[in-house]
Amino acid sequence: MGKMIIDGMPVEFTDEQNILSVIRKAGIDLPTLCYHSELSIYGACRLCNVEDDRGRMFASCSERPRDGMKIKTSTPRLVRYRRMLIELMLASHHRDCTTCVKSGDCELQKLAHRLGVSSVRWGYKERTHEKDRSSPSIVRDPDKCILCGDCVRVCEGIQGVNAIDFAHRGTDAMVIPAFNKEIAKTDCVNCGQCRVVCPTGAITINTNIRPVWEALADPNVKVFAQVAPAVRVAVGQAFGGAKGENVMGKIVAALHRLGFDDVYDTTFGADMTILEESKEFLEIFEKGGPFPLFTSCCPAWVSFCEKRWPEFRNNISTSYSPLQMLASVAREYYADPKNSEGKKILSVGIMPCTAKKAEILREDLKRDGKQNVDYILTTEELITMIKRAGIRFDLIEGEAADMPFGIGSGGAVIFGNSGGVMEAALRTLCEGPERSAIEELRNSGVRGPGPLREFTFNYKGHEIKAAVVSGLAEADALLRRVKNGESFYHFVEVMACRRGCIMGGGQPAHAGYRTKEARKHGLYESDVNTQIKKSNENPTALALYDTLIRGREHELLHSHR
Amino acid sequence: MLEQSFYTKADEIMNKYPAQERSLIPIIHEVQETYNYVPLELLPYIAKHIGITETKAYSVASFYERFSFEPKGKYIIRVCDGTACHVRQSLPVLERLRSELGLSDKKHTTDDMLFTVETVSCLGACSLAPALMVNDHVHPAMTPDKATSLIKDLREEAAKS
Repeated sequence: MGKMIIDGMPVEFTDEQNILSVIRKAGIDLPTLCYHSELSIYGACRLCNVEDDRGRMFASCSERPRDGMKIKTSTPRLVRYRRMLIELMLASHHRDCTTCVKSGDCELQKLAHRLGVSSVRWGYKERTHEKDRSSPSIVRDPDKCILCGDCVRVCEGIQGVNAIDFAHRGTDAMVIPAFNKEIAKTDCVNCGQCRVVCPTGAITINTNIRPVWEALADPNVKVFAQVAPAVRVAVGQAFGGAKGENVMGKIVAALHRLGFDDVYDTTFGADMTILEESKEFLEIFEKGGPFPLFTSCCPAWVSFCEKRWPEFRNNISTSYSPLQMLASVAREYYADPKNSEGKKILSVGIMPCTAKKAEILREDLKRDGKQNVDYILTTEELITMIKRAGIRFDLIEGEAADMPFGIGSGGAVIFGNSGGVMEAALRTLCEGPERSAIEELRNSGVRGPGPLREFTFNYKGHEIKAAVVSGLAEADALLRRVKNGESFYHFVEVMACRRGCIMGGGQPAHAGYRTKEARKHGLYESDVNTQIKKSNENPTALALYDTLIRGREHELLHSHR
Repeated sequence: MLEQSFYTKADEIMNKYPAQERSLIPIIHEVQETYNYVPLELLPYIAKHIGITETKAYSVASFYERFSFEPKGKYIIRVCDGTACHVRQSLPVLERLRSELGLSDKKHTTDDMLFTVETVSCLGACSLAPALMVNDHVHPAMTPDKATSLIKDLREEAAKS
């Protein structure tokens, strides 16, 4: 608690951890490249430097606010200093900006423009390293790296993976995997959080736009897409819409215009996942183990578990992820020439996730040696395609998703939030008057802030101990406690990305606190506005059990590991 | 893949230290002392033992100039190129050593694995400039000709042993 003077303005502070937060609270957008409130403080970029009344310069991100401090944020000296820093970064950065995929969305470029860096005195850095295209999810371009360390800290601190780190030193320093091997050969789980925080084009999404576009133009190919819950609350903002607004209708319309023959809603697949997963859970619960059962929706989590905690591999539900559920069922649907019109079928998932690009390649998810999903386009790629096609997203009229896989429950739409899968699963176990039971579940602790939530749920007089965790470092700690017998749970939902899929590796980056909250509320609000609340009440999903998948649940809806 | 003996030796070294993150540098120091270099294949092995990622181990080991991932010669000649040695003509000494041994700034070790020639920023022996070290032994006031005879002596010494 205290008061400080910022640029002559008195500003109160309470529990802010650093002066930078106080400055930003005061309405001054101090530039930074290495500061993310959720990551550890690094103090590398020095752009947040400020000056105190004695002329001392220091980084405001790594200094605690003190009562009576007087600081200035943009003296001529500071402005000159910041410009010089950016100029130096640009000098060691491969500046093929006009053709860089990150152009227009690059933090370094934006800051250079904002701070008025109009020339670089030290020549041009030629390409000296090959791009690493080994991963299906991300592309690494070390020549674009400015060594801010954001990716290293998110990979190690938040995800507990540490697939990349600083190596060598001085002018040789780089961010690379151990031994400079390909990223695909590391413990990387493809979560894509590195590319979310990367301010430049050093880590970007491995895009699949081109093959999809070619298929869309091919009259002999029928292309269908499914749209994941989290996508619908992250697209609008890119076209001037409100943060976190559900624009599913417009997305469907845009996809139709792009040439997708059928557009389905992954919430349908999510309902299928819940139907199978809750069945699986009840079986295990009645049998008395093995506990805990882990959710299977998040491919980065599954990959993490396989690499770091193989002893828990068999505790992961065998139920397909929503993406695979819908794709697998649709594959059966299109096997009928009446539905395929005799055309080749191409299955595309529009996902908030880079790890899904790896998931679709998994052997245990193939049926008869064939992938259920051909390509994944992330939310970012969808936005790119809409822009490239010149579709005026702001003006487009919404359309409904196509049948028979266009309807999902409210429980399914909240899948995109951390806690959503758990809540949807437990909803199907709710007893008594529906509205009050759902309300009670909502307030049980399944929702809320923080990466870990533990709560209990009563089912037929038994207590179900459940946990919801997001961020793999947090999941890692939970697994350690479970292994050591310090914690016990019946059912655990894990999502690799903090806050869940709404903050997935394929979502538009640069989301601040307000955007994150808006995306979360966007999904919860969509649930409120959905008539069907429970997955086991989705009539279109239930009908399948009597038709398409009758007697083939295990073959069509579960991983074959 | 390294021979089993490397892993046995690494076990022996690792057992001297607690299996903790902070033991990383002492362990790789001893590995380097044993083999004159740090075999890359041992890093994941050590990392696993002390409970860190191989990425972190590589990050630390590659940071320090002192650790080498390349096998080094029997005689490691470190030519000082600090300010004092530099002004007292350390570069001609370095050049003579390199031409004598067929080495360059890219190639540091002779094919017979007898000599490695490196530069260091300062040996802390400025009063003896220009100085160089052969393994743990300092040679003061070097000249190119003294460097030639040094190589000759070392070759003879190696032939005897």
